[in-house]
Amino acid sequence: MGSLNIENVKKAFGPVEVLKGINLEVTDGEFVVFVGPSGCGKSTLLRVIAGLEDSTSGRVVIDGADVSATPPAKRGIAMVFQTYALYPHLTVKNNMGLGLKQAGTPAAEIERRIGIASSMLSLEPYLERRPAELSGGQRQRVAIGRAVVREPKLFLFDEPLSNLDAALRVNTRLEIAQLHRRLKATMIYVTHDQVEAMTLADKIVVLNAGRIEQIGGPMELYNSPANEFVAGFIGSPKMNFVDGARLGETAKTIGVRPEHLTVDPKSGAWKGTVVHAEHLGADTNLYLDCEKAGLITVRIFGVYDAEPGATLYATPDPAKTYRFGADGKVLK
Amino acid sequence: MSTATRSLPRTIGAHAILLTYTAIALFPVILVIMNSFKSRAGIFGAPLTPPTPKTFDLIGYTTVIGQGDFIHYFQNSLVVTVASLFFVLLFGAMAAFALSEYRFRGNTLMGLYLALGIMIPIRLGTVAILQLMVASGLVNTLTALILVYTAQGLPLAVFILSEFMKQVSDDLKNAGRIDGLSEYTIFFRLVLPLVRPSMATVAVFTMIPIWNDLWFPLILAPSEETKTVTLGAQLFLGQFVTNWNAILAALSLAIMPVLILYAIFSRQLIRGITSGAVK
Ligand SMILES: Nc1ncnc2c1ncn2[C@@H]1O[C@H](COP(=O)(O)OP(=O)(O)OP(=O)(O)O)[C@@H](O)[C@H]1O
Ligand SMILES: [Mg+2]
Repeated sequence: MGSLNIENVKKAFGPVEVLKGINLEVTDGEFVVFVGPSGCGKSTLLRVIAGLEDSTSGRVVIDGADVSATPPAKRGIAMVFQTYALYPHLTVKNNMGLGLKQAGTPAAEIERRIGIASSMLSLEPYLERRPAELSGGQRQRVAIGRAVVREPKLFLFDEPLSNLDAALRVNTRLEIAQLHRRLKATMIYVTHDQVEAMTLADKIVVLNAGRIEQIGGPMELYNSPANEFVAGFIGSPKMNFVDGARLGETAKTIGVRPEHLTVDPKSGAWKGTVVHAEHLGADTNLYLDCEKAGLITVRIFGVYDAEPGATLYATPDPAKTYRFGADGKVLK
Repeated sequence: MSTATRSLPRTIGAHAILLTYTAIALFPVILVIMNSFKSRAGIFGAPLTPPTPKTFDLIGYTTVIGQGDFIHYFQNSLVVTVASLFFVLLFGAMAAFALSEYRFRGNTLMGLYLALGIMIPIRLGTVAILQLMVASGLVNTLTALILVYTAQGLPLAVFILSEFMKQVSDDLKNAGRIDGLSEYTIFFRLVLPLVRPSMATVAVFTMIPIWNDLWFPLILAPSEETKTVTLGAQLFLGQFVTNWNAILAALSLAIMPVLILYAIFSRQLIRGITSGAVK
């Protein structure tokens, strides 16, 4: 249980087409992450899956049943929102139990499920509190707990961690990963965060302007991006793109990831001057202004001392250089 | 205010302006209340002095209470005000929710249409309203007043409330939908409590003109049975003799209920149970 099929889903708000034909298959127990630039339609797609928004055309199939005409509460889904969206007038316990109560679940069963969920998320001390009396991290755990008690076929997360501070984000990310392992439920997760996407996902869906650019495992997207957009979107710092003509190449654009460039003070392929150096401890990001390649980023593992203004030569690893055609697609 | 932004001359200036304004605003009210406790001679002899043992007299209040019907007028005013307020808030909030929450054809136009009444005084339609009330047999009933006041209060209510409802978190409403709450439950249990401060604002703005209105009671419901306080007080305004004691006492009494209602609503204005819903 818990598979999802999206068949040619389109969504328009008035004349503006936000989703332009989405096809996606999610198998039971998979953790799927939607990534893409702001405004590309990630939340809209999630809301169409949840039934909060009607698609203009296309079908949403959950567990083999077409749910296009089913209200959100009957789709067997649960959703966690960026802003937590807890009911301010209810205690933590009632927040978690409301959905089940509405569905007519017996009180004892509700109690049992709240017990399990709250111990899973260490929420027991807070069960009688109201949302206003909780910290941000606790609130988001309650929101996750509210989803867990419904025992849904499908979990939907819309940027659940983006309101949390960095340390809490790492913790909660771990909790979500453990939750997925323990519940073996299907989860769909929207995020802006590269790290969340790479660490949590079984499968990443890269969206851009209402279209799916590529679907694949994290390493697959990193190692063999289908096009320039995916190549630039996955990986941080972002891939360097150099005009092919300036390098005397036939390809329109040449792409090299910052970590696949080496530098040498004496000789190399691209001569450049150091514009700026970022020292992160574990690695160093150098910004080089190269004569041939323009402004590029180089990521060096460990500490590397380079003063702005110094001359360095950067050399790309030929085995890890991507060539893109005029249409943006990777040339084989 | 932190010490960094406070400066003595500015504080004094601000307080001086505010105190002057308060004095100007309160002066007529205090004058009315003060003189309501004085004898007729006291009122005309020294209108600006507070009641002294010599001028103190409750004749105004005894006349008003003794008039018998006055309690009844109060009741009428209260029924009309509270009922109109209830309907304005209920229908205003419902319309505002529909306008801010649902996308439908003509949404913006409908919003404009509903808010148009803010700019057009309802009194312009008095003749038509009177004809309508005569035709429907509602003349000299409190229902007539309640209907008119509800219509009068709705435009501003819809306008203000829909602005506030737009700010209620979509996520919260959607969480309710996923948990299987009906649209009515979402409206009454989730959205209304969150816009309570703005409801209180609307209530105050709506209530005072209704309570003070003389026009519609005079035209639509002047009968003894349906007189409101403001209309009832006219009783003492004779063509030849005016019973100032009674008028001042009636006005002083008429201030009380509004003051109480205002106190109730302003508590709502301050109290915020809204925190913790989002963020
Ligand atoms: N109710 C609406 N009416 C009109 N346009 C909308 C509506 N909701 C979303 N849009 C538009 O749809 C597009 C996609 O919005 P969506 O919220 O799905 O983006 P997103 O990918 O989730 O972005 P973000 O990463 O910033 O959350 C945006 O251009 C937005 O302006
Ligand atoms: Mg979004």
